[in-house]
Amino acid sequence: MNSIAEYFTDLYKGISSLWAGMRITGKYFFSPRAIVTQQYPENRKTLKMEDRFKGEIIMPHDADNLHACTGCGICEMNCPNGSIEILSDRVANAEGKMERIIDKHIYHLSMCTFCGLCVKTCPSDALAFGQEFEHAVFDRNKLTKVLNQPGSKLRKEAK
Amino acid sequence: MSEEIIQDVIIGESEDYIINLGPQHPSTHGVLRLEVCLKGETVKYLNPHVGYIHRGIEKMCEAITYQQIIHLTDRMDYLSAHMNNEAVCMVVEDALQVEVPERVKYIRTILDELNRLASHQLWWCAFGMDLGALTTFFYGLRDREHILDIFEESFGSRLLHSFNTPGGLMHDVHPNFQKRIKDFIKYFREKLPEYDQLLTGNIIFQNRAKGIGYMSKETAIGYGVTGPSGRGSNFSCDIRKIAPYGVYDKVQFNEILETGCDTFARYKVRMAEMWESLSILEQLVDNIPEGDFTAKMKPVVKLPAGEYFRRVETARGELAVYVVSDGNKNPYRMRFRTPNFSNLFVMNEIASGYKIADLIAISGSLDLVIPDIDR
Repeated sequence: MNSIAEYFTDLYKGISSLWAGMRITGKYFFSPRAIVTQQYPENRKTLKMEDRFKGEIIMPHDADNLHACTGCGICEMNCPNGSIEILSDRVANAEGKMERIIDKHIYHLSMCTFCGLCVKTCPSDALAFGQEFEHAVFDRNKLTKVLNQPGSKLRKEAK
Repeated sequence: MSEEIIQDVIIGESEDYIINLGPQHPSTHGVLRLEVCLKGETVKYLNPHVGYIHRGIEKMCEAITYQQIIHLTDRMDYLSAHMNNEAVCMVVEDALQVEVPERVKYIRTILDELNRLASHQLWWCAFGMDLGALTTFFYGLRDREHILDIFEESFGSRLLHSFNTPGGLMHDVHPNFQKRIKDFIKYFREKLPEYDQLLTGNIIFQNRAKGIGYMSKETAIGYGVTGPSGRGSNFSCDIRKIAPYGVYDKVQFNEILETGCDTFARYKVRMAEMWESLSILEQLVDNIPEGDFTAKMKPVVKLPAGEYFRRVETARGELAVYVVSDGNKNPYRMRFRTPNFSNLFVMNEIASGYKIADLIAISGSLDLVIPDIDR
């Protein structure tokens, strides 16, 4: 007799516990406002990442195609993975002094771990993080980028 | 020298049935291989094989500077990345005797608790899914998204945020930081009871979780099982209480201890820790003092020769960092005592004698992160 009563109490408790869970799912099923899913590929135009989002490393250029990189090599030295390579030249300026200018600032996106040390340690704030995050390509070579635009020059500080 | 090769595997009998669970099995949550010996459906013994995702982080640390080590520690226990970073930062600050600003300590503690919440939420998702409740996965990730958005706004990355640096933080937190945390606390206090209604009270879940994976307090201490898994066996091992760091000595919180010693007890510890984390956040979020976000540090950090040791409480247990320095800019030897390594090897002890379906529940209740085991 006792075991029969126990059996039905367990059955009742079990069904009520399942019902408690089903009530939650039912509540969300019938209130479409609570849906938080983003329709990602469709909402590409309105999708905006946060300002500080670490998507990739870029070198900002102004309207006159000038950048701030002096080619000092601190970012290359601080990078833990060797994802930055700087090829620089020494060229004589108007006063006849030898000056270092960057030839190519090469950035290997495939090796980058987005630790942010290069952006933080750059003494002339030449590097920044970009918001681009769709990096999938079919060819691995496309992930090696040259950050300084062709024909760009070092921005001279106003003295 | 003896030419005998010492075999570390347990030799079974000829009629034993041995299967390999993993390294690609979804319920091992990573590349972990469990060599399970079965008698019928009952687990006779199991032998964990690790090393599938070994990257040699300890050795890599010997070649790079202390600032660069931070980003490697992210990749050990990726779900408590901030605590890992903090451990290395505190070792360096101890060695250099740098006093970090109060603001940094508050922000670090807040981030610790946010990260612990995010980790426990993901564990809750995955644990429910291991036991066949797919609904929990969506509900847990829905709430975790709010924490990750706070992280993304302040540091730019959601999971592996190398936000700490020896001496302080990389940059200051976003101006919205406090407001968003307050919004989140209000939101999550409403949503956390749903977790109990969905899974904790569920009769199917209770029948599967209760009474399996018995780990006595002696076993927990003997194997060094720390974190919520150890506290489920009434083993008081919370580093936040034993050796407070950050501002844990200024907040009121309870160390959650359960005496059940089974899978369900470990589940209850983590659920209660989420409430504790919320209350710690509430106490701290309004009291962040103004000030610098970093102490003054030299660009090249060189530790004085000697040995340094520091431990923190991650979401899974005790993480200890041991550094031997010979005075150079990179460590001579770096050693991490990671919680998951100890938590994994207790599995033979606590899963033997139970059914193979219970093995999944037991491994889920230990909350293993495989890259932390192998490092």
